[in-house]
Order: sequence, then structure tokens, then C-alpha cells
Amino acid sequence: MKYKLQYKRYSERAILIEWPAKIDENTLHDLLFFKKSILSFYDKLIVEVISSYNSLLICYVSTIEDFYSSVLELKSLYSKSFEEARPESKLWEIPVCYAASLAQDLEVFAKDKSLTVEEIIRLHTAPLYTVYGIGFLPGFLYLGGLDNQLHSARKMTPSLHVKKGAVAIGGSQTGIYPVDSPGGWHVIGMCPLDFFNPKTKNCCFISPGDKIQFISIKEKEYNEIRTRVENNNYTPESVCL
Amino acid sequence: MITNVEIIKPGLFTTIQDEGRFGFSKYGVPKSGAMDQVAFGFANLILGNAKNAACIEWTIQPPVLKFHDTTTIVLTGGETDAFLNDQKIEMYREIRVSKNDILKINFCRKGMYGYVGIKNGFLSEEVLHSRSFYKSITPRFRLAKNDKIPYQSSNNYTDHFSAISPPLFLENSNALEVYKGPEFDMLNDAQKSKMLDSVFTISNTINRMAIQLEEKITNTLPSIITSPVLPGTIQLTPSGSLIVLMRDCQTTGGYPRVLQLTETAINYIAQKRMKEKCSFRLIEF
Repeated sequence: MKYKLQYKRYSERAILIEWPAKIDENTLHDLLFFKKSILSFYDKLIVEVISSYNSLLICYVSTIEDFYSSVLELKSLYSKSFEEARPESKLWEIPVCYAASLAQDLEVFAKDKSLTVEEIIRLHTAPLYTVYGIGFLPGFLYLGGLDNQLHSARKMTPSLHVKKGAVAIGGSQTGIYPVDSPGGWHVIGMCPLDFFNPKTKNCCFISPGDKIQFISIKEKEYNEIRTRVENNNYTPESVCL
Repeated sequence: MITNVEIIKPGLFTTIQDEGRFGFSKYGVPKSGAMDQVAFGFANLILGNAKNAACIEWTIQPPVLKFHDTTTIVLTGGETDAFLNDQKIEMYREIRVSKNDILKINFCRKGMYGYVGIKNGFLSEEVLHSRSFYKSITPRFRLAKNDKIPYQSSNNYTDHFSAISPPLFLENSNALEVYKGPEFDMLNDAQKSKMLDSVFTISNTINRMAIQLEEKITNTLPSIITSPVLPGTIQLTPSGSLIVLMRDCQTTGGYPRVLQLTETAINYIAQKRMKEKCSFRLIEF
């Protein structure tokens, strides 16, 4: 199925393409496929594309002279892309240590939810989460698929310092802080991996459309993986979907 | 020869900036770059530099700098008095600098951001095709006392007597030109006219990421699904505040995007201080 897309001029140099306002995987796949054909049609020095749940923002390096012909060009690219073709995606195993020493809010969070810590870990590690996009912070993944039982309002007062690697829950979302940052989510674990490294070719090893699963690890293992990551000697486990 | 400029006093918030990063938004990397791209651009233009050559950007309280070898510099941006070894120098003019010269710039009289351009640009670390400072991307996010920034020393000083008058950014810049944002048409008529007919005040929440305005607009719009944003995007928060996103803003946001400043207007609003006024004038593309 092709979607009815809306094309809006966003600024002198940007065009916004919107899908119906819904979060679902069919929209995501259609959007990522269109993104791929845009990026292969245009030189990456001319455009960059910011993608999120239901929109693409096409940013040009210089002012768009003729909006209508640019939109026509984009529309013809969209009509040529085939819905069956799904972009390649991967499933990543993401180790998380849920030990109390690293998960500052886990016990309080469990009490609030009237669940045991073990149940929280089980519910958090069960799903295959879909990566809908990267934003908010460099390397921050927008993940879909958090179990309803773990949904929880954000903290009334945000923490000033959430550590890089903190695995947290806020509202209906879960995520990993890729860098130190203030934040209002409940920290329930720590991940030893780097999700943003400007020194590597792909700053972030995960792409929108990929899936991730959290794997519970012990603190000793956390420390071992962390050391290997710091020595550039760790490759996260993945399988092609 | 590569030499250094030494930070004797860092000033309030002093960074290295260029045109910013292009092509890394997909990793959630902000664009960054000089807050006032016009003033920044003038510095490189006058020096005959490449247009992306890095400058020092200061905020209200400029730094004190010591140059370790000969070069040519240019000062642009916020209005102030500047002195090289206690001798007054002009802005928007090539200035010859000798070994161990000290540049002092007074507290800024008008505007927020100023630029120190140098022949061939400052050569701080380049990360993701840009030298613009940003926490978690560049090794430093602001300049500190005793920091040294490399540059290529240069002896071929030729005064062009360039007659560039200070640009217009400090005059008549109260009516900022805007385009409709993607969610503008979800506003009702009363909200639209409040947005376009009233005068807004710059609040004390100002930084390189965003400028918050004081006056509020009753917000009846729901949050939107997290969507892309750009510098110049004006968001309406649930509490009714208008937030103008600036150069270091995130790549995505969840508040309705009601207006989008033109490129020129982003430079204008960047130079506004707390308590200064602005209004928005809707234009078509």
C-alpha cells in the first residue's frame, strides 16, 4: 500500500514529508525505503534527511529555487519505490546490567509498579524493540515496544546528571542515554556499549528500522565488556533479519 | 608555521564556531555553527578566507587573547570597543597582529555574540567535518583560561581599506520574518493573531540551544509525535511558552512547530538580549 503523503515547505532549505500521524512499523518501513531512494538519488553533499516516526525532513545545502519541481521530483521517486522491498535490518543484542549498584531507580520503580525487580527485568528483556529513529541526543534511539506494565510517568524533578549508558523508562518509552545528560526518566540499568562515537565511520552502529533486545548481564560481565569497549575491542552481537 | 593564540581570560562563554555540521543529523548530531552567521561570514569575507574558516565566538563578555605570532584578524558581531595592546582598533577591518600582542575586547554594548576571525581560520580539532564546539562531540565545549588554539602564522598583511559598514542586524530587526510551521494551521484564529500581532520579550532563558520568550499563548494543541526540527523552529510548549530553537538544538522534538524563522531572522534574534522585544511577520515562500 502506498500512503497519501503531505509535502510541506519547512524553510528556505528544507521540505517536510509527512505520513499519517501514527506510530507503526508499516509506516516506518515505507518511510525508510523512501529515505533510501532519496539518499541514493541525491548526492549526500546536497541533501541530508532527518527521519522520525512519521516524517522525513529533506534538508538541502542551498536554498530551494523551485519548491514545486523539487516536490515533483520527490513524488516521482516515491511512486517508483516498491513497497515489497524492505530495507535490510538487523537484530542487536544489547547487554544491560540491572544490578542495584548500577540501576539507581530500579528498586523504587519496582515498588511503584508493585512488581519485583526480577519481574521488571523479565518484562524489559522480553520484547524485540523497534528502532524508530535517532534524535534528542547524539546516538539516542527512539524505541517502540515497551510492555504496557512498565509505562510510567516521568520523574517530577529531572535528574541533573544521568550517566552515559543509563537504561531508563519514561512514559511509554524506554531508551539508553548515549552521553551524560540531564534527564527525567527512571534509570533501571546500565549498558556498557557506546551508542555514539564520532571517531568511527558510522557514529552509531544501529540504524532506524533495526531491532534490539536487552540481555541481562551480571556486574562482572558489565565491567569486562566496558573495558573491552574502551579498548575498541568489542563488537556487539547481531543477526540480519 | 603553526602557532597558537592563548586564552588569557576566557570571557563568559567563548567557543570556536564555523558554518556547523551538515550530514550528521541522522545520528542525532546538532547542526551547531556560529549563532550569527552573517557577522561570522563577514569576518571570513574581509580576511579573504574560505567561508567555513573557524572563528572565535564570544558571548557578551569577550575573552582576552594573546597571539604567539604574526597574523591578521578581524572583529565582527556585537558592538563593543576593542584594544590591541591598549590601542583602540576598529571592527570590520583587517588588523595586523604581531608576536605577543594582547587583544582585549570590552563588555558588549549591543548584541550578544561577536567574532574574532583570523587569516586562514583557527585550527582547533575538526570532528564530523566541523570545528564547531559541542559537548560530547568536540573534546572541549568552551574555551578556558590557558587554552591554546592553533593557527597558521601569516606575514602577508595587506590593508585593503575595505569600507564595510557594520551590517544592519542591530537596526530595525524587531519584526522577524517567519514562515508557517507544519502545525501552524492547527492553531485557532485567536492564537494565530496573538502570535502574529503581539510583541514578545526575550526571557532570561537564552543559550546556544534555544531562546524562550516571556509572553505565553494559551495552548490547546496536543503534543505531536516526535518529529524533525531545525534551528529557527518555534515550538509551542504545553505551558504556552514559545521556544525558538537555535544553532545547537536537537534534531527532533515533540512540541507543535508553529513558526519557522527565515535564515536572516535566526541571525537577528540571536543578537537579541534579555528584555529586548521582537514580533513575527508572516511571509510566503
